[in-house]
Amino acid sequence: MKIQEADAKQLLRAQGLPVPPGTVARSVSEATTAAAGYFADGAAAVVIKAQVLVGGRGKAGGVKLARTRDEAEAAASAILGMSIKGIVVRKVLVGPAAEIVKEFYLGAIIDRASRRIIVMASAEGGVEIEEVAKRDPSAILRESAHPHLGLADWQARKLAFGLGLAGPHVKAFVAIAHGLVRTMLADDADLVEVNPLAIARERDAEGNLVERLLCLDAKIVLDDSALPRHPDLEALRDLDEEDPADVEARTHDLSFIRLDGTIGCMVNGAGLAMTTMDLVKRAGGEPANFLDIGGGARADKVAAAMRLILDDPKVLSILVNIFGGITRGDEVAKGLIAARSRQERDVPMVVRIVGTNADEAQRLLREARFQTAATLDEAAEMAVAAAKAVGGAA
Amino acid sequence: MSILVGRETRLVVQGITGREGEFHARQMQAYGTNIVAGTTPGKGGQRALDGSVPVFDTVAAAVRETGANTSVVYVPSAAAPDSILEAVGEGIRTIFCITEGIPALDMLRIVEVVREAGARLVGPNCPGATSPGRAKVGIIPGSIHREGRVGVVSRSGTLTYEAVQAMTDAGIGQSTCIGIGGDPIIGTTHTDVLRLFAEDPETDAIVLIGEIGGSAEEEAAAWAAEHMASMPKVAFIAGRTAPEGKRMGHAGAIISGGSGTAAAKVTALEAAGFLVADTPTEIPALLRRAGVR
Repeated sequence: MKIQEADAKQLLRAQGLPVPPGTVARSVSEATTAAAGYFADGAAAVVIKAQVLVGGRGKAGGVKLARTRDEAEAAASAILGMSIKGIVVRKVLVGPAAEIVKEFYLGAIIDRASRRIIVMASAEGGVEIEEVAKRDPSAILRESAHPHLGLADWQARKLAFGLGLAGPHVKAFVAIAHGLVRTMLADDADLVEVNPLAIARERDAEGNLVERLLCLDAKIVLDDSALPRHPDLEALRDLDEEDPADVEARTHDLSFIRLDGTIGCMVNGAGLAMTTMDLVKRAGGEPANFLDIGGGARADKVAAAMRLILDDPKVLSILVNIFGGITRGDEVAKGLIAARSRQERDVPMVVRIVGTNADEAQRLLREARFQTAATLDEAAEMAVAAAKAVGGAA
Repeated sequence: MSILVGRETRLVVQGITGREGEFHARQMQAYGTNIVAGTTPGKGGQRALDGSVPVFDTVAAAVRETGANTSVVYVPSAAAPDSILEAVGEGIRTIFCITEGIPALDMLRIVEVVREAGARLVGPNCPGATSPGRAKVGIIPGSIHREGRVGVVSRSGTLTYEAVQAMTDAGIGQSTCIGIGGDPIIGTTHTDVLRLFAEDPETDAIVLIGEIGGSAEEEAAAWAAEHMASMPKVAFIAGRTAPEGKRMGHAGAIISGGSGTAAAKVTALEAAGFLVADTPTEIPALLRRAGVR
């Protein structure tokens, strides 16, 4: 689960990391008031940042600097309500702008191949790390944390010196690198990223210019599997950005992803669900969704899955593909029959059920006059043909 | 011979009195697997599966009393990590974890413990393994198999059943079928399984089934190119139509930053001498073309 920058920064603060202050505002007046407060505290400029879970908000105009209250008001009204990659901006993060001397990248990820936490750092901060990786992989420094010992001090120091840091910044960097790993472990994150981590120039209490490391942006992706043990983190789920279908799918414990095509798919098992989509494409159609009803799915779950598929007006035909193992074919057939009797929209449906209790499923489906298929390839072709017959290019 | 499970398997079922554990223990026993014990803390002294299997409080007691050498974990995700550690701690050498939804960071620590102990963990979030005609451990339906000499390794459950059923229908039997699991952090990788198949005198050909996400298929391809050059190799990759940045059901099935695509995996496998099928039903024909009789 992705969380917003403001929430990610809060999690970093909780682990003692240096994060500049910020206020989340949901309206222009809230944003302006917050900006005025930072100006009153002595900020020369404030930064107003769209809070959306998609990347590229800077390029889209979702991040603006303001030097006066009026500029802040104008910036907030420009950003709030704008659309970034189809997501409407409903809130902004307002905070004092840092005077940046130099930017770095620092991130912690779970590396699948080595089965370790890897801490990555780069002197090319402020740009997407994937871009750096493509252009110049050697510009990314990596240290692997031991699963039981964590990141050692020497590893963090090696990264700091590798980035060219010196003086008090080395010690500060070591603390930040440890803090990143600590955040990852405390919150069960798959990814914790600070980009940019910046050397910022600011005035201390006596008015002297000083430089220090600050986490100016933060991105955290939480492990969905760990959310049950973190109810406080589950509460950070941003329902503003969730498709109602996703909420519905989660309620019924269905794995569902909406796509652009016209052939609705209902399958048991993730690998088989992907394969079914691939075969729809191969037969000349486009899948409307990925949907895994899981193992042992019963009639009520099947009905919920059917509703999700039919809620998509693009869907012209439905392909049901069940390989019964734990899942019993006759249960699925009963669910399909019940779901169809209640559905408001009649869409051609091709059903292929094999495995456990498949014969009984066949009998039920034939009696209910469902179109059935013996093989997956055949089912995909039939579903694509049905969609084309209904009209519209599949 | 066969790999990981066979006639020598003496299985302890961790969580045998739970709904899932009980159901699948019955199926495994019916298939002929030698289930010697079950465990559920607090239910030691009971008997499961119509009195045929003793239940113990601890894996220690199960090993001591019955000589169990393999375990399968069906306990819920909150307790499953501890169950794996208990099995490792009591000297079980081969552990299958069927449970889904274990946090990745828990698995990092557990995989390290398993590695240090020199044991083997298959899974989590996996369907288990079957050596047709000998034993099955996990949840793969026994009916889809036929005894034979083709090894099958896959990340998936039902997709594996689809492929195996197609092989069986075409008269091509299997030496062992293994589902390694769809999570990002798993105990046994595609490459680990290929190593075992390469050394198994009763495996003459392999089928590798993968999906989008990570680079395990590419690594397996590179290993096979070097060590299994003369063995017939067929592969299938799911997720050619999966969009970037979306987790396709399995926690590990995600294309991110342009890496982990089906196209990259297919290219790597073909370069390594695999015949890559467009659909699971093509697998038997490709096996024949590669020389499987």
